[in-house]
Amino acid sequence: MNLQKTVKSTEFYVALIILLLCMVIQMKSGQFFTGNNLVDIVRAFSVPAMFCIGEMFVIITGGVDVSFPAIASLSMFVVCSQLEDVAANPLPYFLVAMLIGLAVGILNGVIIAHFKFPALIVTLGTSSICFGIMQGVFKSREYPLCAPLKEFGEMNLFSATNPVSGLTSNMPVGVVLMIVLVFFGWFILNRTMLGRGIYAIGGDVKAAQRAGFNVFGILVFIYAFSGCMAGLIGVLRSTMLLAVHPNNLEGMEMTVIAACVLGGVRMTGGKGSVLGAMLGMALLIIVDNSLILLGISTIWKKVFIGAIIIIGTAASAIEVKRNERKLAIKMNEGGK
Amino acid sequence: MSDYIIKATDIKKYFGGVKALDGVNIEIKKGEIHCLAGENGCGKSTIINIISGFYTPDSGTIEIDGMKYEKMNPKQAIANGVQVIYQDLSLFPNLTVMENLAINMEVAASRKFVSKTRMRKIAEEAIAKIGFEIDLDETVENLTVGMRQMIAISRALLNDAKLIIMDEPTTAITKREVKALFKIIKQLQAQGIAVLFVSHKLDEVFEIAERFTIFRNGKNVAAGNTKELDQNKFTYYMTGREIVSSRYEYTRENAPTVLEVKNLSLKNGFKDVSFCLKQGEIIGITGLLGSGRTELAETLFGYHVADSGQILIEDKPVEIRSIKAAIEHGIGYLPSDRVTEGLFLSQPIADNISIEKWHEYANCLGKIDRTKVEEMTRYWAKELSIALHNIEDPVGTLSGGNQQKCVLAKWLAIDLKVLILNGPTVGVDIGAKFDIYELVKRLAKQGLTVIIISDDLPEVLTNCNRVMVMRSGRLVETLSTQSLEESHLAELAN
Amino acid sequence: MDVIKNAINKDKNLAQLLVVFLMVFVLCTALKGSMFLSVSNLQSMGKQFPEFGLLAIAMAFTLFTAGIDLSVVAIANLCAVLMAKLLTILIVPDMSSSAVFMMIAAACLMAFIVSVLCGALNGFLIGVVGITPILATLGTQALYTGFAIVITNGSTLGGLPKQLSATVNSGVMGIPVPLIIFAVFAAIAAFIISKTTLGYKLRMLGTSAKASTFSGFDNVRLFVTNYVLSAVFSAAAGIIMLGRFNSAKADYGASYLMQAILIAVLGGINPYGGKGNISGVIVATIIVQMVSSWLNMYEDISNFYRQIIWGGLLIFVLIYNYVANEREKKQAMKG
Repeated sequence: MNLQKTVKSTEFYVALIILLLCMVIQMKSGQFFTGNNLVDIVRAFSVPAMFCIGEMFVIITGGVDVSFPAIASLSMFVVCSQLEDVAANPLPYFLVAMLIGLAVGILNGVIIAHFKFPALIVTLGTSSICFGIMQGVFKSREYPLCAPLKEFGEMNLFSATNPVSGLTSNMPVGVVLMIVLVFFGWFILNRTMLGRGIYAIGGDVKAAQRAGFNVFGILVFIYAFSGCMAGLIGVLRSTMLLAVHPNNLEGMEMTVIAACVLGGVRMTGGKGSVLGAMLGMALLIIVDNSLILLGISTIWKKVFIGAIIIIGTAASAIEVKRNERKLAIKMNEGGK
Repeated sequence: MSDYIIKATDIKKYFGGVKALDGVNIEIKKGEIHCLAGENGCGKSTIINIISGFYTPDSGTIEIDGMKYEKMNPKQAIANGVQVIYQDLSLFPNLTVMENLAINMEVAASRKFVSKTRMRKIAEEAIAKIGFEIDLDETVENLTVGMRQMIAISRALLNDAKLIIMDEPTTAITKREVKALFKIIKQLQAQGIAVLFVSHKLDEVFEIAERFTIFRNGKNVAAGNTKELDQNKFTYYMTGREIVSSRYEYTRENAPTVLEVKNLSLKNGFKDVSFCLKQGEIIGITGLLGSGRTELAETLFGYHVADSGQILIEDKPVEIRSIKAAIEHGIGYLPSDRVTEGLFLSQPIADNISIEKWHEYANCLGKIDRTKVEEMTRYWAKELSIALHNIEDPVGTLSGGNQQKCVLAKWLAIDLKVLILNGPTVGVDIGAKFDIYELVKRLAKQGLTVIIISDDLPEVLTNCNRVMVMRSGRLVETLSTQSLEESHLAELAN
Repeated sequence: MDVIKNAINKDKNLAQLLVVFLMVFVLCTALKGSMFLSVSNLQSMGKQFPEFGLLAIAMAFTLFTAGIDLSVVAIANLCAVLMAKLLTILIVPDMSSSAVFMMIAAACLMAFIVSVLCGALNGFLIGVVGITPILATLGTQALYTGFAIVITNGSTLGGLPKQLSATVNSGVMGIPVPLIIFAVFAAIAAFIISKTTLGYKLRMLGTSAKASTFSGFDNVRLFVTNYVLSAVFSAAAGIIMLGRFNSAKADYGASYLMQAILIAVLGGINPYGGKGNISGVIVATIIVQMVSSWLNMYEDISNFYRQIIWGGLLIFVLIYNYVANEREKKQAMKG
């Protein structure tokens, strides 16, 4: 029974596709399973994957948050440009960024939970406000990274060098943060009543209310959490890039949402797993990586991503449609 | 200690300036099975919300097991053993049976962390209370409504329930599941648990309830032992009118055949269905939920395409491969789910009624002549006595009965040969019900051929001159309704 | 007088918008006087708003059916890019002016054909395959932008015939050409949505797809038509942008997407579907343009403040509509 369920799940299919893809790329380029390539993949994976955690909480309740790149960029820029020389260690930078993200997230959550507006449109609004504040009020531009964060970014867990190309890739300490966050997200969703509440709201909001869940509180929490994490991730990203690029994250909301959906998180709400979201993002990152390895120019990147999103969502939509229209009368086959 | 589990006295409740309850009383003895009946808007939901603590009465007292309360909150109600099972069951379709059973208790206990073992224990305890067997790890959305109801009941029993309130529990379940439900209710009674059953189906009231209370317009109109109730008294209490309905007599001779169906089959729907309808007949199709009757209707209407067999309209074989084709051949359909399938609730009444005439009222550029739309809407509103304020109001602001009349108007506006009504009076107040019956009979006399699909046997017997019984996808019997006994019909359907 | 009264009663939303329009107009004039009311400013506004006004109408079409089209800007850019490429191929240096105009016309036709294909794909994915509009247009947005990137190789395409930008940047009797184009397209859109069977059917589709099916409508055809219309209007916006910027790029107008949604919602289109009309969107477009131009007149307020205002305005409009609706509901229940 359990094996059957696993094989039929979206996560299984995506994992299978990833496996096939990896093997194909390895066969064609011979460079896929090299140390430095794998490190590059993990590096490219970490930031969007962390965004996925906060975003999937929102999608499971039936909403969608497109403001996290703006929140991340704003928090990061404010912290990096306004707080220079404030502290010797990186911690206060992260904390302040998280506070900024938390504030915007709470604003999102309260408006969406109280007025029940479409989350897409509200977060489009706050996204615009955040970018506007960053670019208008704080006059954002490329900026050098302050020392404490730079030092943090340069700390490596290990390095991997490719014997063929001579390229070296470093696994930054920040990756540990990603692992912690992913685990934290998994824990909340699966081991706490808060997580059950998130799924419950996605299943039936009225029933969740009657069951005694604090629906308003939970909704505000998920947007606040997404915002807070966005602040954290924004600063983390600057340490990984060793630079402050304020407009770099624009457009990432689409990749993150696509990754979640590809991994089985349903836009209608109530369904989805951390494993699935991670697999979905892994698929997108590997496709991107494979383009480079296979020598396909990166100008084709968006076309491929678009095609994958369309194919992936089509597959899941067809499956849902097939179940909807199923006729199921138990017929009396023989005569009267 | 009192004989009564609930004694609500002189309850008044206002919403804004509207009087929802105007001094009602309801008394339920311990271990009693009590039915609460009334039309939509009579105050049933309000009194339930008050007994379960969600609303506070503006005046009056509630006594639970002898303890008097003037204000009560849901937590207190639950602590006192009051459990409500709402019509939508309030389950989480995306979670497992186990989680559905245990979640309310976990939340009530302010648990922070999930413990699968603890939840399983709670779940097992719940289903043991009524001896219900089910795979606890199954996802609820894969279960039938009947099973979901059992889950809802099991869940309700976890909290040492003394009174279980069920809101219209039999609407979406099969007859077999109704029997199972009643068996459970009797079991609960044996355990000393009282059941308050909200229903407007008289046969159910008789079958299971010992005492009844009827509300109308926020007031008590009757209460007593169900033994003293009969159809006429019931209708009178519910509507305030004496309603006499006459059986439909079909006396036409040599009427032409309007619809003929030969060996029609649809995979997983129905098999080898054949029948013949003459003009002006009202034929009923009855059978349990799952007998294939809705699938048959939907195939005639073009929503499904039959795998084999023939459909003939006025002796000419036709291909019905789409709803558009069905409409063009003169077949109209009032779906069972009026709200999602039959009407656009937020759109104006005028648009809902005129919808099938738009292409007729449009010029070559596609521009619709709005005056024609308004004219025809006013005409049909008058013809069918639809009580409305303004034809531009959203149709969702009308009562159930008037909404149903709008759907009827929509079809009558075009030249129909056959009108299929699926559950035409579900969710419609008794008063409006009879209006619709008289209307349908009048239309049939004027030459419309009608098919009524219903599991309300009295409805079928009074309104149809013939009835077809379906079982497990097959048409098992076709009978004339003259001198047909309801019990015989019920037997055939089962 | 009675006609106006009836019109206002019928569409309270439009009436409110007109009031806002007047207020904003008065405010801008009061604060920036002759600068705002000058012919050159009015002409400049008339040149700027058509492109995002058309995008707003395109967005309005899809919000109307409870969907959304995130690919409108991508389609506009793709069409512009293809037009630019085609024109550089078709036009040889010593071509006569009339021949150049013919080529431009041919290129416009090609752009519209491409947009129909793009819209048809959107409609197909949503109506036939059943992907929710957000995801479907998310995917196609990436796809169409991706194609544009490939065609332009990531850079800006120039080398356009001067006749194109000359025409688009000129005027007829003082009325800028983009404004004329906008007026024609907007009138057609308004007519379709409010007066025709197609518009009625789209409104029903946006209210309940299931009830639409049971009324005998072809939902697939309606969805495809809906998204094709959106795409065609996006192409029109793209052509105007091509003329005004005299160049094409895969990611022009990235902020227009948000603006399009803002204007549509401001204009009274309910994002849950089934409500609204184009006249509201037109008024909303002009209001947004006036605010934008007025802000431009202050040298020390950078353009980026506009983003804050659009975002804040969007949320404000949502809340305002909500409060107004609740008040109406309460009144209806009392009566």
